[in-house]
Amino acid sequence: MSTATAIVKPVMPERHFLNDNYGIRSWLLTKDHKRIAILYLFSITFFFLIGGVFASLIRLHLLTPNGELFEADTYNKLFTMHGVNMVFFFLIPSVPAVLGNFLVPIMVGTKDLAFPKINLLSWYLYMAGGTFSMAAMVSGGVDSGWTFYAPLSSGYLKTHVIMLAVGVIIAGFSSIFTGLNFIVTVHRMRAPGMTWGRLPLFVWSNYAASLIMILGTPVIAITLILLALERGFHIGIFDPKLGGDPVLFQHMFWFYSHPAVYIMILPGMGVISEIVPCFSRKRVFGYSFVAFSSVAIAVFGFVVWAHHMFVAGISVYSALVFSLLSYAVAIPSAVKVFNWTATMYKGSIEMSTPMLYAMAFIGLFTIGGLTGLFLAALGLDIHIHDTYFVIAHFHYVMVGGMVTAYLGGLHFWWPKITGRMYPEAPAKLAALITFIGFNLTFFPQFILGYMGMPRRYWAYPPEFQVLNVLSSAGASVLAVGFLLPLLYFAWSLKYGEVAGNNPWQATGLEWETSSPPPTHNFHEIPIVTKDPYAYGEDAEVTVVH
Amino acid sequence: MSTSQTTTTDHHPALAHQFDSMEQQQEASTFGMWVFLLTELMMFGGLFTAYLIYRLKYYPAFVAGSTSISVSWGFANTLVLIASSFTMAMTVWAAQNGKRKTQVWLLLATMVLGTAFLGVKAKEYYDKWDECHIPGHVIGKGFNAWGGCSATDKSLGNIAEEIRDPKAHGNPNVTEVSAEQTAKRTEIFFSFYFAMTGLHAFHMVIGLGLLAWLTLRARSGEFGPAYYTPIELGGLYWHFVDIVWIFLFPLLYLISRHQHGV
Repeated sequence: MSTATAIVKPVMPERHFLNDNYGIRSWLLTKDHKRIAILYLFSITFFFLIGGVFASLIRLHLLTPNGELFEADTYNKLFTMHGVNMVFFFLIPSVPAVLGNFLVPIMVGTKDLAFPKINLLSWYLYMAGGTFSMAAMVSGGVDSGWTFYAPLSSGYLKTHVIMLAVGVIIAGFSSIFTGLNFIVTVHRMRAPGMTWGRLPLFVWSNYAASLIMILGTPVIAITLILLALERGFHIGIFDPKLGGDPVLFQHMFWFYSHPAVYIMILPGMGVISEIVPCFSRKRVFGYSFVAFSSVAIAVFGFVVWAHHMFVAGISVYSALVFSLLSYAVAIPSAVKVFNWTATMYKGSIEMSTPMLYAMAFIGLFTIGGLTGLFLAALGLDIHIHDTYFVIAHFHYVMVGGMVTAYLGGLHFWWPKITGRMYPEAPAKLAALITFIGFNLTFFPQFILGYMGMPRRYWAYPPEFQVLNVLSSAGASVLAVGFLLPLLYFAWSLKYGEVAGNNPWQATGLEWETSSPPPTHNFHEIPIVTKDPYAYGEDAEVTVVH
Repeated sequence: MSTSQTTTTDHHPALAHQFDSMEQQQEASTFGMWVFLLTELMMFGGLFTAYLIYRLKYYPAFVAGSTSISVSWGFANTLVLIASSFTMAMTVWAAQNGKRKTQVWLLLATMVLGTAFLGVKAKEYYDKWDECHIPGHVIGKGFNAWGGCSATDKSLGNIAEEIRDPKAHGNPNVTEVSAEQTAKRTEIFFSFYFAMTGLHAFHMVIGLGLLAWLTLRARSGEFGPAYYTPIELGGLYWHFVDIVWIFLFPLLYLISRHQHGV
């Protein structure tokens, strides 16, 4: 096999989904899940860059203690728009809508998602939501924080809260439709022989995330609708002045927004579960544990929301229960981390770019996850609640975890999506820069938070300056790490080496079809006879015979 | 590698390219609709939960608000919706048995009943407007408990006074707040009344749109024994919206009647 690839240089397939059709209509009206994935790729990159600009401005502002760059109101808008862009328009759609959209149908061995038109609709909803959010931004911004806490957002602020809320609601429906499509596709459209026990772990984790999307997202929709009604018509729902209950808002908000962090991280974990066995050349350790831990995270994720509210005046008893349940989420998360490391153990590890990202993910996610346990502890949370410790914690999970996984996945499947290899050396460099920049940005924030620097403040005492300067310096390094892939990915489209069907010698159905795949994914629907991580299987067979 | 083309090879014009067979298409579509209804359930569920929490919190006010809306109109509307569910179910039967004209007539009947429901709802909303029971002070003549629309300022205050009397319902908590406060808190009841029935009515409007589209397709003879999935899915949606009303009606209109002795 390897000698064959060395002699015969791979060539691009003559017809594939990218050249099947040309022109703007063939993209904007496409029903091909792979093209929709690419539409998403461009749009979420756009929102990621916008969110990144806000992040840079925040870090620039925090270089000096007295808030010299922006007014306090402007600063409030900056962190709100950073949060909203990153959470609702980048993190939630990132892996599912781009990589999941591209890969789930191919991985289960079918021609498309169950509902291609709804898939396209979901991209348009995403763009409509994004348009509302951009409109709110350019017409003066919103300063409620991404959490929209009432009654601040419903009764006091003078900014465009409703417009932004409408944007988030619409984007939410886009995520519901993506989840719905995945669930139906996984249930009803698997290729013959593709049993549940042979589903790639990437599909399992997207399936688990889809469960949260369809069950959680409608609750944030109704919450924001009630918020908009209160704000628009001055009816009493959450505002205590009108007889409402602000704690109820927090309950309803976090009922979605806590599980939503698992929408963000689960698909990323799926990416890691694909990369690690491939570059360790070993079957994944404990397949069913990794698969079911995804579902367990989705289920536990729904019953831990009030750990965001330990200081909001909930009863001690419910706080106790929520604290305990929050610890329980650590179990399936740890199962994954241990199984990835066990997969690598005694494997023949190849330090390719996707593997570098995967290893970064395992380390950073572990730090992010463990600091989450600090926050789930009732006593400690009172000390570090709403401080930079929280910021550092969730950026370790969201950036160190999810963005790293997204970049790893993008590198891993880039040859499949485009048919060409990215250049390995700059890619490794970018992975390294991202890792260093990330830690430099966010590790100091743990210390800042522990020392008592509150989140969302526009100014801070001068003794915090050194760590803040370090963090801002890290942010600029991180920015370089994020911009580099844009350059070499673009370069590779024209000059990259032709990848061939399976540049990584990986298992899994997506590597059996051509790169880029044909419009209907396979020339013939495959019949699946083995599990997706049959690494080293051929060698064993020859030994037996 | 071999192919999986084991099932039907006759290509029904309605078979989408991503499916192997009409059975798979129907199963997937129906399953998708159920998943969608599950999201709808969660959406209404959030609203119902909030309603129940406030009902416990402001019990007398919710009794006062509840007794001020018309059970007879609500009951009439319940009958109308159940009848529309019947005609919708019959539409599916007609499609399965290839009765084109019957389908169209049944769909039209369902739409007439749906419109009648919305008409009654509009009449009820108008009454609320007239009685100054529109919450907030952006739409309407001002909520009566807040001093808007003083001519009819009596109704809620009177009810509130009445349920303030512990003998009327035997709940000692009620005496803790004044009649005026209770009257003001009924505004929250009406916030939820309008939010819940409004969201429901919005779903009815979407349902009517779907039915109109299905009627056009049914008229052209698209549906028959081999292919009636859209009718079935439209039916599922319509029944779901009906069931939401089946819960809304007792929760908003009936649940507190006995406390007030009406």
